[in-house]
Amino acid sequence: MSFAEVTLELLKGFAVTCQLFILTLVLALPLGLIIAFGSMSRFLPLKYVTKAFVWVIRGTPLMLQVIAVFYVPGLVFDLPMSSRMLAVLIAFVINYACYFSEIYRGGIESISKGQYEAGQVLGLTKTQIFFKIVLFQVIKRIIPPMSNEIITLVKDTSLARIIAVEELTRLSQDIVNVYGIVWPLFYAGAFYLVFNGLLSVLLSWVEKKMDFYKG
Amino acid sequence: MAFLEVKGIKKNYGSLQVLKGIDFSLEKGEVLAIIGSSGSGKTTLLRCLNMLETPSEGSFYLDGDLVYDAVRHIKANDAELRKKRLHFGLVFQNFNLFPQYNVKQNIMLAPKLLRKKALSAAKKELGKKRRIVFFYPMKGSKKSFYDLLKKEKARLLAEDKNFIEKLSDKADRLLDGVNLSEKANAYPCQLSGGQSQRVAIARALALEPDVLCFDEPTSALDPELTGEVLKVIRGLKSSSRTMIVVTHEMDFARSVADKVIFMADGVIEEEGTPEEVFGNPKSEKTKAFLLKAEDRI
Repeated sequence: MSFAEVTLELLKGFAVTCQLFILTLVLALPLGLIIAFGSMSRFLPLKYVTKAFVWVIRGTPLMLQVIAVFYVPGLVFDLPMSSRMLAVLIAFVINYACYFSEIYRGGIESISKGQYEAGQVLGLTKTQIFFKIVLFQVIKRIIPPMSNEIITLVKDTSLARIIAVEELTRLSQDIVNVYGIVWPLFYAGAFYLVFNGLLSVLLSWVEKKMDFYKG
Repeated sequence: MAFLEVKGIKKNYGSLQVLKGIDFSLEKGEVLAIIGSSGSGKTTLLRCLNMLETPSEGSFYLDGDLVYDAVRHIKANDAELRKKRLHFGLVFQNFNLFPQYNVKQNIMLAPKLLRKKALSAAKKELGKKRRIVFFYPMKGSKKSFYDLLKKEKARLLAEDKNFIEKLSDKADRLLDGVNLSEKANAYPCQLSGGQSQRVAIARALALEPDVLCFDEPTSALDPELTGEVLKVIRGLKSSSRTMIVVTHEMDFARSVADKVIFMADGVIEEEGTPEEVFGNPKSEKTKAFLLKAEDRI
């Protein structure tokens, strides 16, 4: 297999990887915020149910979750998963939303009570206080830990191969199996490396952008 | 009836009683200084007036209208509290400016958001009218109605633009009033403590509260920065502005206040004009406190 052919094949896998990465991020970021609200709720049943859920999701392997989401609907409820990609996406979104929720929670709880009180005495609603005053400060504070998770997510997409989603790692492994050449594995690694490199640059740019104020 | 009437305010946290029944009244344009040692309930009293805490018992009236009555309002919802809160302004000990907004934005944020809420309500109303016209048959052409609604919407938008311009002018005036015109575009992290507190004062004034409260406005400041803030507060004194200042600055209380309250252990131990309280204190506790305060200097 020539270099050009391998490149083409791996690019196909990379497209799937990117798709999984972007969709997970876009869906898990808002869902994480909702879960964070749940775990901070003053309605105790909701709070404890959410916390238990986050404990289960964070306490078990993502790979196991992917397998469970793919097989459980079919085997238990007789409603087989129509798409492998969908199964992976669901597992990833839930898993990452739980991790994100803890980061959000830390960020939200780090904002001083005084910011809320200042908003309150100025007659703002709770929603206005959160979205116009608190959220921006939270985002600034959580960018470093979020960057970490986002970069981990890029690499975690390779777990999708466990249920035969044809992403980058899976395709490179296929080439190795069929043609008996090893270098495509390293080539696939380079894809991840370059992608994460670009991502790091982007994230540190965002971090710099938000550095116009301190505190 | 006085401009502000406070009657029997009590505040408990569980079994701990922080305020044990506070009564006082204040006329429009008066400045009230509240002094007393830490833990005497001064700050809690201000927080009760600003609804950051809900008093467990008691009531207060503003200009003859009931603002808060524990019997009726202790479980008041957020919207109700918000409306009541706007009668009072509060300047915090540690400023609590919004760090991501510059000085002018800090001042304009709340009026802008309050306005936005009113505007979106008006727009919703227009949309409703439009739907009614759309769904119900009527004689003559509907076009003239639509035109009317369009005009109304344009008027709202123009009004909004006008409002923002006026607000911007107002913010400039307020900044000028606290001698910070040149800092309009600075961020809070670039300001000294004294400057931050002056911005916080301008921010509170932007909403034109009936009563402006200061919670130890200079306690977080270096001695040399205290003066500039006190000067601004002194300058705010006018016939129409009612103020309550919780302070440890005895000289300031003596020279600016029309009325002084000395609090101890959740009750008003002594109240009167500055001359009475500082010159001729009757209570032993007041005497001891004032002696100690003098000792410090």
